Amino acid sequence: MPRVVVDVMLKPEILDPQGQAVANALPRLGVTDVASVRIGRRIEIEFTGEPDLNQTREIADKLLANPVIEDFTIRLAEDGETVDAQP
Amino acid sequence: MTARVGVVTFPGSLDDGDAARAVRIAGAEPVRLWHADPQLHGVDAVVLPGGFSYGDYLRCGAIARFAGVMETIVDAARAGLPVLGICNGFQILCEAHLLPGALTRNQHLHFRNRDQVLRIESAGTAWTNAFQPGQEVLIPVKNGEGCYVADAATLDQLEAEGRVVARYVGNPNGSQRDIAAITNSAGNVVGIMPHPEHAVEELTGPSLDGLGFFTSALKHLVETAA
Repeated sequence: MPRVVVDVMLKPEILDPQGQAVANALPRLGVTDVASVRIGRRIEIEFTGEPDLNQTREIADKLLANPVIEDFTIRLAEDGETVDAQP
Repeated sequence: MTARVGVVTFPGSLDDGDAARAVRIAGAEPVRLWHADPQLHGVDAVVLPGGFSYGDYLRCGAIARFAGVMETIVDAARAGLPVLGICNGFQILCEAHLLPGALTRNQHLHFRNRDQVLRIESAGTAWTNAFQPGQEVLIPVKNGEGCYVADAATLDQLEAEGRVVARYVGNPNGSQRDIAAITNSAGNVVGIMPHPEHAVEELTGPSLDGLGFFTSALKHLVETAA
């Protein structure tokens, strides 16, 4: 099934306390060379027919992202791109 | 005639009962409104209560904005209907673009729950005309995503137009410029993060200061009807 992937990230000037909390936890893993961590959201949309990028843009702009604090990017999932993260 | 003040219940609303009780104690008739019913049933004002509408999924207030009742409320608010959004209600008003800016995760990441001193900055709104500018009030604050943010131009505009309604005295969540409540340019729509509906009775609240927000709306309705 063709999918559209929307990535939503906080704008750079918006403080990301979640990301900071994760960054602050990294030294406990022994990782000390990370300058910053920012956390966003990935949304995958499956259309019943052909993926509609214009419609996706509208969905992202009106619902998935809040333009006051967030930016978004849209792309088609590559053929064979796996949804599951690799271990 | 007794004013009728609607209180909306969304799936996940938490403080609709207390908001309705505050309306009644203030001397008005509370009218329960349902998120899926676009009718306002002839109410004279609306309260969007606190809670976790739609589980706070996606972003707080983001899905509630598209509820049937909200489309009617947005149109009515633009036509002058007094609307008070408390906590989650404030988040919904921002998501619905009735108020500028956004509410984000508290800077320290902790859910903050305490009695909070606020300074009333603008007594010119439909929901704060019972107060004096500069007056300090004590009402509970309880939020995890109450950090008010907006770009510098929007913040400057809010300040210049006297639309910062209340500021925290001792900022509980990192809100920019200590903002606890703002209003639209007409002054009929107010969003406030702390909870005036929890400060209307000696038995349950830290003060009776919250009552003034609700009596303000009644005073506003009498004045605008005259």
